[in-house]
Amino acid sequence: MALNQSGWRPEMNAGGADDTTTFTDNRALMLEEPLIFEIGSAQTTGVDFDEDAPAADLGALARSAPIGLPGLSEGEAVRHYTRLSRQNYAIDLGLFPLGSCTMKHNPRLNEKVARMPGFADVHPLQPQETVQGAYAVIHELAEWLVTLTGMHAVAMSPKAGAHGELCGVLCIKAALEARGEDRRILLVPESAHGTNPATAAFAGFTVEDIPATAEGRVDLAALTARLGPDIAGVMITNPNTCGLFERDMKAISDAVHAAGGYVYCDGANFNAIVGRVRPGDLGVDAMHINLHKTFSTPHGGGGPGSGPVVLSAALAPFAPLPFVTRDADGFRLIEEENAGEHHPDSFGRMTAFHGQMGMFTRALAYILSHGADGLKQVAEDAVLNANYLLRSLEDVLDAPFAASGPCMHEALFTDDGLAEGFSTLDVAKGLIDEGYHPMTVFFPLVVHGAMLIEPTETESKAVLDQFIGALRSVVLRAKNGDPALKSAPHFAPRARLDETLAARKPVLSWSGD
Amino acid sequence: MRYLPLTPDDRAAMLATIGAASIDDLFADVPAEARLDGPIAGLPLHAGELTVERHMGALARRSRAAGDGPFFLGAGAYRHHVPASVDHLIQRGEFLTAYTPYQPEIAQGTLQMLFEFQTQVARLLGTDVANASMYDGSTACWEAIVMARRVTRRGKALLSTGLHPHYRSVARTMAKYTGDILVDGDPALEADTDWAALAAAVDEETSCVVVQYPDILGRIDDMRALAAACQAAGALLVAVVTEPVALGLIQSPGEMGADIVVGEGQSLGVGLQFGGPYVGLFACKAKYVRQMPGRLCGETVDAHGKRGFVLTLSTREQHIRREKATSNICTNSGLCALAFSIHMTLLGEAGLRRLAAINHGRAKAAATELAKVPGVSVLNRGYFNEFTLLLSREARPVVHELVERGILGGVSLGRLYPDSPVLANGLVVAVTETTTEADVATFAAALQEVLA
Repeated sequence: MALNQSGWRPEMNAGGADDTTTFTDNRALMLEEPLIFEIGSAQTTGVDFDEDAPAADLGALARSAPIGLPGLSEGEAVRHYTRLSRQNYAIDLGLFPLGSCTMKHNPRLNEKVARMPGFADVHPLQPQETVQGAYAVIHELAEWLVTLTGMHAVAMSPKAGAHGELCGVLCIKAALEARGEDRRILLVPESAHGTNPATAAFAGFTVEDIPATAEGRVDLAALTARLGPDIAGVMITNPNTCGLFERDMKAISDAVHAAGGYVYCDGANFNAIVGRVRPGDLGVDAMHINLHKTFSTPHGGGGPGSGPVVLSAALAPFAPLPFVTRDADGFRLIEEENAGEHHPDSFGRMTAFHGQMGMFTRALAYILSHGADGLKQVAEDAVLNANYLLRSLEDVLDAPFAASGPCMHEALFTDDGLAEGFSTLDVAKGLIDEGYHPMTVFFPLVVHGAMLIEPTETESKAVLDQFIGALRSVVLRAKNGDPALKSAPHFAPRARLDETLAARKPVLSWSGD
Repeated sequence: MRYLPLTPDDRAAMLATIGAASIDDLFADVPAEARLDGPIAGLPLHAGELTVERHMGALARRSRAAGDGPFFLGAGAYRHHVPASVDHLIQRGEFLTAYTPYQPEIAQGTLQMLFEFQTQVARLLGTDVANASMYDGSTACWEAIVMARRVTRRGKALLSTGLHPHYRSVARTMAKYTGDILVDGDPALEADTDWAALAAAVDEETSCVVVQYPDILGRIDDMRALAAACQAAGALLVAVVTEPVALGLIQSPGEMGADIVVGEGQSLGVGLQFGGPYVGLFACKAKYVRQMPGRLCGETVDAHGKRGFVLTLSTREQHIRREKATSNICTNSGLCALAFSIHMTLLGEAGLRRLAAINHGRAKAAATELAKVPGVSVLNRGYFNEFTLLLSREARPVVHELVERGILGGVSLGRLYPDSPVLANGLVVAVTETTTEADVATFAAALQEVLA
């Protein structure tokens, strides 16, 4: 890229920069960063090899045309990615109250542990006698998950929450098949995460909505009335996405079981009850656990996750391969080869290899650090923090289910009462200027302009108090119709981005060279 | 508890604000019989960093690390040297502890990185577009089959016998429940791929043909004729790449006409990690972009006209379309995609080509040395950094006998295809820039001893 060295840009004032413009577009510590395609070159590299590239004789298969992959020297690369990183908000910087996402502190011990060579530098197909430590981690974490949930077994291989949902739903399919029954409908509440109906459809089920009561919970009577020989089961999130505990969960499970169906529980919100309530005591047949939520493996800007699925005795025989078992000789793997003998009803395999080992080590370190007492405290403090926010904000923000009882780990508000033309989006963008990541917005879909706030247990009272002040301020501006809020954020690396343009004329890769 | 900041005084003050007498009041909606009074019995209590680190360290030492001695495993996961700066940069808290970039104004770091990643992946695989990652290669492979069904409105997929058996197993599992028809089988111990037979088998009911390149036995082949046969029959060609470093040296599937190219990106930046987390690559021709699964990052402008990036075409995705979405995937492999992208940026085109050439050169030298061992021959005509040895006896016990001699000597076909006695003598051997001449000499000597 040719850089402008003249010191002048047409849009600048004659005398140079004014108080809002700079020649570089940088603003002191807020640094603009070009794409690697604009600063790198095909000749530059940040990796040295101590040997020459030998000649290859690959005939017509040899790659001759340029690929178009720019390189950077190590220093340039470190600077590029460091500059990019500074354009991100992160839990390390402040409160990240995304509802249903459980953005808690990520302990660094867990990062250290995951990098031990006995975990990080081990091949998944090494002979079993050389990977006993890796199997031991999987086994030990599995025992914790089974005990914490009061369930019968756990499938460890699912790669993330939605993959875990798929695992649970396939267990239900396999169980129905084993019974010789063709039940094709899964009932899913309207307040469910989008992954629930998508997963059900991906596995070949038809989805029907379950209605909710006025207080934000599943309508037990309506659900019971719909049960019958065509219903495979229900997918219920508990605590639900309105932040409420499904009081009737046990009754729902009993009714579904009596009608021959199974109960899938979306465990995305397990943080509210970990160590304090066991889903197994509520009649759940399958529940995925997001290790990247409740057990604090870092989100990494969108993954990787890990979604082990705990299973009831009814569904455990259908769990996917492979899994680790222990006998007198040590740990060993049950996979396709020996499944016929040990696990003949498995529905099959969901992924290559064994699942997210790098997340298992982190989650196990997290669990061992907390212990049974610490995990119980996690749930209590998470719920306490959420209720503190709910009761500190309900006088300025509409809280549709404030009368439905205490909330669990997250508090739900709506945009009811804001000035004409102002919505949840404006509140969210205003919070950005105040130095916070916004809450989850426009979800769940069951209320208008949802704002779902999950503080988690790793936030102090002082942090919450300042956030309460900031949110009240932004809400008051939105109620008073402050025009500056409509164009917020003003202090972020970018102003509001044109998402319509991005979708109408998709530019999904660099083509400027 | 070192991670929990609330003090007893804080808790009391907050309960007072809430108007609750005790924390138990906040759990009042949980039926009494399901509420636990104390910590769950039989489980350990909290522990300090030192204690946890010692415990985990003891477990780690019970496995043999790949770096502890000569190491020759591949078959879908490859050991490459990852530059130190990669792991440093992915541990920047702003990358490590960010969420999915749902608020683009304060997530430009992740979004620009994804845009760069998508471009790097599309160029490496030879396609127009790539998404922001999938879980891993095996799940990306199944998603490609589902996408081909959507595009062609046909439900029969032909899988090459050279497809990784775990990938095939994932597809078989899913197809059982979705009604897709799969035509598949075990590989034959032949020097050539089964692609000519696949080209002949494509018909008007075929949604796609799935081939792996290099394949599970390490074989490489030209896919142009197969691509032409697919196109003539109205089917899509899906290519699976489990060793992306190869594409620094050999032509990409996209260049040879593949419609969808998926892959396992673990080789670059990610490390072995006992199988996960890895990073699924998913790329295709531009005309199919609205049928793609997963997140896509796109370029746009902000209210002041400055370039910026957002997640886009979300109407394909579960959080908008629910049961009509192209996939149920939500969380993907963002941080592994970052590691892949940083490693690729450090290499650059020159570095990648050189890395690939060194891998191939070392593999050729190793194959030559190992073929000198009595009772050993090389199956492949062509290969990149992985090839299949035919031994004079069953390979699976040989692998264990090599372990006793301190060598991790490849993946036996018996481990991958336990039900196929005709494959039992096959041993898949991978050689990368981390493999030394001394490693190969030690391996050859031990193999000679074990086979004698």
